[in-house]
Amino acid sequence: MTWAAVLLGAALCLALKLAGWLVPPAVLERPAVRRGAALLPLAVLAGLLVVQVLGDGRGLVVDARVAGLAAGAVALALRAPFLVVVLVAAAVAAGVRAL
Amino acid sequence: MRDALGVGLAVGAYGVGFGAAAVAAGLSVLQACALSLLMFTGASQFALVGVLGAGGGVLAAVAGATLLGSRNALYAVRLADLLRLSGLRRVAAAHLTIDESTALATGAPAGLQGVGFWAGGLSVFGFWNLATLLGALGAGAVDTSALGLDAAVGAAFLALLAPQVRDRTGLQVAVGGAALAALAVPLAPAGVPVLVAGLAAVVAVALHRGDA
Repeated sequence: MTWAAVLLGAALCLALKLAGWLVPPAVLERPAVRRGAALLPLAVLAGLLVVQVLGDGRGLVVDARVAGLAAGAVALALRAPFLVVVLVAAAVAAGVRAL
Repeated sequence: MRDALGVGLAVGAYGVGFGAAAVAAGLSVLQACALSLLMFTGASQFALVGVLGAGGGVLAAVAGATLLGSRNALYAVRLADLLRLSGLRRVAAAHLTIDESTALATGAPAGLQGVGFWAGGLSVFGFWNLATLLGALGAGAVDTSALGLDAAVGAAFLALLAPQVRDRTGLQVAVGGAALAALAVPLAPAGVPVLVAGLAAVVAVALHRGDA
């Protein structure tokens, strides 16, 4: 099943890229389409963030992941590089779990 | 050219994170690498493994990845106008159409846009795939939940999200998306809350139709 998601997702993402190269610009240059494509990633990433950090099956829980995310947010605010942000989050979450 | 290598190296750091996140979400090393080779658009790849890792179904995972890939279509419109390619070169260029290659092409001086695009796209492609393999192999060798990798994936989403929040509307959409997802978690099957979050963008577009 995972392979189906990998291959179907890859095909659709390539189709979107190809569409931009092939479709007449007028269709995709409409303001509402441009704005939607700019804002969609924000909404979806925020949703992924919530599910990843608070989600627990059909419920929401506050656990070590939140502490890790908070530490990552601090690193991000201090302009740390991506890998540092991620490692700080992982280390703090692991530390809280080990307490 | 130096810019292209620098961007490639920087993206490599995300690639290690993606490879590790994919394996932590239950994908095999081969599946993680296949995503980087075939899908080749970072946020969509993170979304796909994020939804699968949360127990989401194939359709929800694919839909999440596709929603995040939609901006590449708009990049392609700009690049098609800038580079004027045809045939197989256009298909290859489509595969390399991502944030970084578009930024390098549109930021290059007149006449060098093609160089910026191809050098940037190929550099990122090379580093991204190599880094994915390293991250996936690394995560496969350890117990990922004890290491806090689930929190690391959350931080990765935050790091992808933060630079895109450039104005008030952006912030409202991000907060709205987060709230919708939180509301949907108890009500909808796994994976679906992420798609419900996307409604925040739809609402924002509808509300701001007049001033676009």
